[in-house]
Amino acid sequence: MASTTIPANQAPVEPKLNYLNNGHTIKSWLLTTDHKRIAMLYLVSVSAFFFLGGFFAMLIRLELLTPEGDLLAADTYNKVFTMHGIVMVFFFLVPVVPAILGNFLVPLMVGAKDLAFPRINLLSWYLYVIGGILFLHCMLNGGVDTGWTFYTPYSTSASNTNVVEAGLAIFIAGFSSIFTGLNFIVTVHRMRAPGLTWDRLPLFVWANYATSVVMILGTPVIAITMVLVIAERTLHLGIFDPRLGGDPVLFQHLFWFYSHPAVYIMILPSMGVISELIACFSRKRVFGYKFVALSSVAIAVFGFLVWAHHLFVAGISLYSAMVFSFLSFVVGVPSAVKVFNWTATLYKGSVSFATPMLYAFGFIGLFTIGGLTGLILATIGIDVHVTDTYFVVAHFHYVMVGGVLMGYLGGLHFWWPKITGRMYPEHWAKLSALFVFVGFNLTFFPQFILGYVGMPRRYWQYPPEFQVLNVLSTAGASVLAVGYLLPMIYLLWSLKYGPLAGDNPWGAAGLEWQTSSPPPTFNFDETPVVTWEAYNYEDIPAPKELEAPVVT
Amino acid sequence: MEHATHGPELVHQFSDAQQQKNSASLGMWLFLVTEIMFFGGMFCAYLIYRISYFNAFAAGSQQLNIWMGGINTAVLIVSSVTVVLAVRAAQEGKRKLLVAYLVITILLGLTFLVIKGFEYKEKFEKHHVPGSTFNFTEKFDDNGKQIPVDSKNAELFFSLYFVMTGMHAIHMIIGCGLFTGLAILAWKGHYTSTYFTPIENGGLYWHLVDIIWIYLFPLLYLISRHS
Repeated sequence: MASTTIPANQAPVEPKLNYLNNGHTIKSWLLTTDHKRIAMLYLVSVSAFFFLGGFFAMLIRLELLTPEGDLLAADTYNKVFTMHGIVMVFFFLVPVVPAILGNFLVPLMVGAKDLAFPRINLLSWYLYVIGGILFLHCMLNGGVDTGWTFYTPYSTSASNTNVVEAGLAIFIAGFSSIFTGLNFIVTVHRMRAPGLTWDRLPLFVWANYATSVVMILGTPVIAITMVLVIAERTLHLGIFDPRLGGDPVLFQHLFWFYSHPAVYIMILPSMGVISELIACFSRKRVFGYKFVALSSVAIAVFGFLVWAHHLFVAGISLYSAMVFSFLSFVVGVPSAVKVFNWTATLYKGSVSFATPMLYAFGFIGLFTIGGLTGLILATIGIDVHVTDTYFVVAHFHYVMVGGVLMGYLGGLHFWWPKITGRMYPEHWAKLSALFVFVGFNLTFFPQFILGYVGMPRRYWQYPPEFQVLNVLSTAGASVLAVGYLLPMIYLLWSLKYGPLAGDNPWGAAGLEWQTSSPPPTFNFDETPVVTWEAYNYEDIPAPKELEAPVVT
Repeated sequence: MEHATHGPELVHQFSDAQQQKNSASLGMWLFLVTEIMFFGGMFCAYLIYRISYFNAFAAGSQQLNIWMGGINTAVLIVSSVTVVLAVRAAQEGKRKLLVAYLVITILLGLTFLVIKGFEYKEKFEKHHVPGSTFNFTEKFDDNGKQIPVDSKNAELFFSLYFVMTGMHAIHMIIGCGLFTGLAILAWKGHYTSTYFTPIENGGLYWHLVDIIWIYLFPLLYLISRHS
């Protein structure tokens, strides 16, 4: 078993030629077609938007520290929560895992030299940046106050803010995500290494594949919806305008036809990350591999059939409300399949508690709470009671922040040695994982209670009896902010001072660990031939201590 | 520089020309799927409102110029034929014939756009363009029986008419630009009988835009016109 182990005293060396030192000019970055470099471009730009969205979040929490509307004016508050939502949803959560980790890892994991369409990949980053800059411009010119949902007729005829520019920014950024999805699907279909059959694919690839399907089917619908809103505002067409017989509820249908599946665009790639982490740090094949793989596809399919549960109070018929309520429960099944199979993987595994695994545990717990409260909201009677309250806010933050961000940070730490060739400082990382978990729960758990007792969302002031829970939430947000700032500092630090990681510091399965860290520009010196199942951890010796870099 | 070991048209990430061709086709088909979803949102809106405001939609439909719409349909069908002939010429490696068919296709596309422009002009003159000048007094002619309709709902019909045909026209303009690029590259001898994937993929795009019109024409101009 230990026959492949190289003695641990042999220090890891940095590969002479890798994707990072292949060209140092700005041009070599901005015109690169290397998927790994494009992933780094995304890492920088998406992180910038994350901190911008976080800044708006802090403004919201500071305003809600006191019952009076004292920090922000009412209409400023409306703009702040709108821009928090737009930045976080369209410019952070949707691209974060697929465009950064997916871009970097999908070609490596399938044993390819690059994505199928490297230039379209670069184009997708430029579209993201153009959309982002347009949104920044919109923001600096007074912003937008419709809520990230752009509900009509407010967005088409009442709001006097920059709806058109914001809509255009989302339209453009949408094409960025369409091109990413298109690239992934073709890559997974056509570029797999010899022997890498569908049932040997890493679950991260399966998850990104399912995500891509949602991206290419859903995103065009939000694009046309934004076009119709823009056309209605500028050309005075009347498609959603009740004065012309248009129907504002049609907007909600079209909007949620994308925006509900968009939740799965966000969460599925993170679920893929968690599958990789659980397998590596339990040193076991994922329990029920095929079910976990196909549950991603099932989530993608059922995810398209539940959108109208956002419309239970919008005047849809009781019959369709019941159908959508039922279907929303159904989508819980494949999600539960994943959670149960991850837990079963841990059983009798050789579990270790490195930072990525801490995030994986955080994900399982928080996603479970987020998912179960989703079932509560899918129940029509309760939904009517808590619609537009902080209960809903807490629910989707548990899924999006507790789920997506936990998966992202876990994945970022796990693959950081592969991406940069350097280890991050384990103790600081564990500390920040703790900050994130505690801070997150302190921020959002009180919001469940607040919502249940009746605090509505999107108001800048509230009755004094809600203050204690709001103070807790704001305190939690501050802890959470520290948890997010710490990784930025120590990960940047590790670029220069982190110990060299070696090719496979975790003793992990997967083709990405068989090439050097950081990988060479074309990923593999020779195209790998796969003769084993995914997660063959019984064949891979575990590193002596997972915290220290070990060469295998 | 990195392509030095491959043939001129094989890019580095693929191991052989077949893989490259298959990937490009799959990518194009997936892009067409996104286009169908994009137009799907508008077709969905059209179907819902047509059911809700049948008389107004029928009255609006009767005001469309069936001759211009009909000629345009014919123009597009012929252009689809010339696209197929272009692909065939590319397969056979006939460079000049390929360029000729591409140019004919572009001209047919431009013909469509010009006729469409005259149609839009007519709408402006009849005050059938949604907005403050909109004025619709025509009735729905149901086999000689004149049924008055709500002009607001007719305005909704024309909103959809302009959005759907306008979005289609934008796709036609993009198609003409795309084909101009293809024609220039074909003239320069960029495509051979073994490598003509861009011609095929461009053709797929052109066909899709045609097919969308093939649905738009009956939905907007024909159905319930003389019911």
